[in-house]
Amino acid sequence: MNSDVQRFLDRLTERSAQRDASQGPEPTWIAARRQAGAARFEALGFPNRRVEAWKYTDVRAIASGDFQLATDAEFSPATTATLTLPVEAHRLTFVDGVFSASLSQLDDLPQGVQLLPLSQALEDNHEAVGGPLGRLTGVEFSSFSALNTAFMEEGAVLRLAPGSVVDKPIILQFLSRANDAPVMSHPRILVEAGSRSEATLIEHHIGEDTAANFTNLVEEIILDRGAILTHYKLQEAPLADLHVASIHVEQGRDSRFTSFNLNLGGGLVRNDLVTELNGQGAEATFNGLFYGQGRQHVDNHTLANHNAPRTFSNENYKGILDDRAHGVFNGKVVVKRDSQQIEGFQSNANLLLSDRAHIDAKPELEIYADDVKCSHGTTTGQLDEEAVFALRTRGIDEQTARGLLTLAFAGEVLEQVTLDVISERVELAVAGKLPERFNLAGLVETAVALGEE
Amino acid sequence: MATQEMEQLVRREYKEGFITDIESDTVPPGLDESTIAFISNKKGEPEWMLEWRLKAYHQWLKMTPPSWAHLNYPPIDYQAISYYSAPKRPEDMPQSLDEVDPKLLETYEKLGIPLHERAALAGVAVDAVFDSVSVTTTFKEKLHEAGVIFCSMSEAIRDYPELVKQYLGTVVPQGDNYFAALNSAVFTDGSFVFIPEGVTCPMELSTYFRINEANTGQFERTLIVCEKQAQVSYLEGCTAPMRDENQLHAAVVELVALEDASIKYSTVQNWYPGDENGKGGIYNFVTKRGDCRGDRSHISWTQVETGSAITWKYPSCLLRGKDSIGEFYSVAVTNGRQQADTGTKMIHIGEGTRSTIVAKGISAGRSNQSYRGLVKIGPRAKNARNFTQCDSLLIGDTCGAHTFPYQEIGNSTATIEHEATTSKIGEDQLFYCQSRGISEEDAVNMIVNGFCKDVFQELPMEFAVEAEALLNVTLEGAVG
Repeated sequence: MNSDVQRFLDRLTERSAQRDASQGPEPTWIAARRQAGAARFEALGFPNRRVEAWKYTDVRAIASGDFQLATDAEFSPATTATLTLPVEAHRLTFVDGVFSASLSQLDDLPQGVQLLPLSQALEDNHEAVGGPLGRLTGVEFSSFSALNTAFMEEGAVLRLAPGSVVDKPIILQFLSRANDAPVMSHPRILVEAGSRSEATLIEHHIGEDTAANFTNLVEEIILDRGAILTHYKLQEAPLADLHVASIHVEQGRDSRFTSFNLNLGGGLVRNDLVTELNGQGAEATFNGLFYGQGRQHVDNHTLANHNAPRTFSNENYKGILDDRAHGVFNGKVVVKRDSQQIEGFQSNANLLLSDRAHIDAKPELEIYADDVKCSHGTTTGQLDEEAVFALRTRGIDEQTARGLLTLAFAGEVLEQVTLDVISERVELAVAGKLPERFNLAGLVETAVALGEE
Repeated sequence: MATQEMEQLVRREYKEGFITDIESDTVPPGLDESTIAFISNKKGEPEWMLEWRLKAYHQWLKMTPPSWAHLNYPPIDYQAISYYSAPKRPEDMPQSLDEVDPKLLETYEKLGIPLHERAALAGVAVDAVFDSVSVTTTFKEKLHEAGVIFCSMSEAIRDYPELVKQYLGTVVPQGDNYFAALNSAVFTDGSFVFIPEGVTCPMELSTYFRINEANTGQFERTLIVCEKQAQVSYLEGCTAPMRDENQLHAAVVELVALEDASIKYSTVQNWYPGDENGKGGIYNFVTKRGDCRGDRSHISWTQVETGSAITWKYPSCLLRGKDSIGEFYSVAVTNGRQQADTGTKMIHIGEGTRSTIVAKGISAGRSNQSYRGLVKIGPRAKNARNFTQCDSLLIGDTCGAHTFPYQEIGNSTATIEHEATTSKIGEDQLFYCQSRGISEEDAVNMIVNGFCKDVFQELPMEFAVEAEALLNVTLEGAVG
């Protein structure tokens, strides 16, 4: 067997022994899942580039790493304050995957809303977690989901009672620490939204600049009839962080899921976003923006499974790549037999700012019903020269014009964002990341100053 | 003619079946070095050709059949296939059209196929046909005058070994893929075309013209070379249901275009698709690739695919020369239980290279169809440009249409556009036609033909007319 795989399995054995020694034996279902996860991971190994779903993403950086597991959640409160999204919210904070009660904010949750760390949820009633957990993302999904299942111990559980509406956003904050030796974490998130409930969930990944850890997240979201969930994934992890995430959504009748996948950070990032549209009238919207620079690698895989008639999916992903960054977009719409009157739209546009940047795009349609309206479009190219010209006729120099248009390109996704704190933050970050030649530095400073006033 | 009857005609079982009478010149089924040596010897090939074949065979042994395509078929037993059978002797074939199944002739009539071609297609002893068609010999003279070489691959290996040596396998190397390797080892014949510098081929070349020369067999190998500023248009296949006795087809086509050369390659494929349960039917695994080697060269693929139980085919262009152009126009129609996984690859290597892809897929019955394409822009391909459009039309709710486009872009000056849509024939479109007294069947044909117009425009004129008729015949019975 592969020594990389063995190293991870050894770590698992150590961890299980420690846990059993300190906490006593786990409920049998958890132990069984762990075993199944480990067995699956051992059988699959890390994916190589001959595996179609990993054709463009090389995970050797993860496979060859020797990652410890964090044991405490110490993090400077001052640093946390600068990293945390400045917004009134219900918040769970994890440091390298370990829950930090002191950095969390769980007061005044509205009636009918449960938000708690996974460890707590298991302690309270492990059977209530065992039912839904793993139903959407089994160990079969990928080697990483198997690995997560083998290691999972912390994460978040969010339960919304039918009809409950959460006004303030719910933030799951994942902080990555600059450790002596790199660590890994396998957060597991479970969201159960009852019928007609409504909430906004923000998953925020950020950390200390020099951190270099590996996060392997699995998130399962179950939306009952008419539930509405807006999901933000704001990825601002340090540039040496490795990040793999699988988000799996199940949508009941008339439910609405809106995703914003905003990717700015991370050295190697792979996102799998899957929705199962199981009830008539269910609607999914996937918005995505990724910005890569340096040697960043960002891979976004999305899949909309139309399993019921009259379901809708709409996808819009935009990528900007500079330096030697590598972007991957793989969007797929599947329409099952007899799922009639479907609408599935997919659009992907990419801008390459450097000759060494690279994008691999693969928008797919797989359709087994005839009464459907499905389309996809993807473009990669440069800015519209006429738009550049139009700005120049208004006295804006060429490079600034290009900078502004690049910003506007990202803006098409950001204008869908309803939370100002996020759209402004991302827009400023994109403006700040744009190459110096675009002369936008002054503009950014002014904007920041205005924001601080 | 009644629809049912017509449907029967198109779907009728191939009377001939797939059983080949054992003739003295047929090797027993199975593939090993001695089979290859036998084929090479039969063809009277030089030593280097045998070595070339054996090299391919050894590579093939190490390879596994591709499994990535969206296709479902039982594993093929390569040892159960007979790799060489001598062409039928003229006395075994029907001696005139009177001996041919009248229903087959009716189909030809419907497709509007010229009389002299009908005979050839129906398998009438070719001498008898071509005796009355002096037109072929006239063509040959004209080509000779222009300096164009157009002959079978066997002849080319014998008469122009230097040219064959120089170009064969340079576009599709022996070990390119599983089926190409198999073809390289066992190909029995095919066409060779060489257009010398500055020559525009005086007529469209077609396999029709050399149908009398040999039974090209199931492993066809075609090589077309255009020297500087030369031009040629080549037609392959035909619209009529072809009589064929081999189930597995693995052809290789190589095109080489030097500076300012232009090659247009058109295919119409209508092999036996199998019965309504998907039994029988041709497996068509084809490797086609064009190499735009010279600056400003131009290669254009046009295909109309309506036959075969399985189609696995990706005509591609390697755009190496500066400002070279690659084009791919395709109409694929699947009905019954046909499966098609087809598309193209455009590999942009040189500066200012441009490519256009227009793929139209029509699925009906219980068929499945996929467009699979790759557009790759290399780091040196400055200002490369690609436009891709692939549209699918679904007829009925038991078929499938899929698109798997790959884009790998490594140059910031590239401009790439991809569009795909999937839809069905609108009720309102049908109603509109019917309210004007057009029958439903005709309305569907009109709409489908309109859907495919962009591609048919690219076909040579006579071909386009036949292709339209073919489409209507293939889809008959699919609606209503």
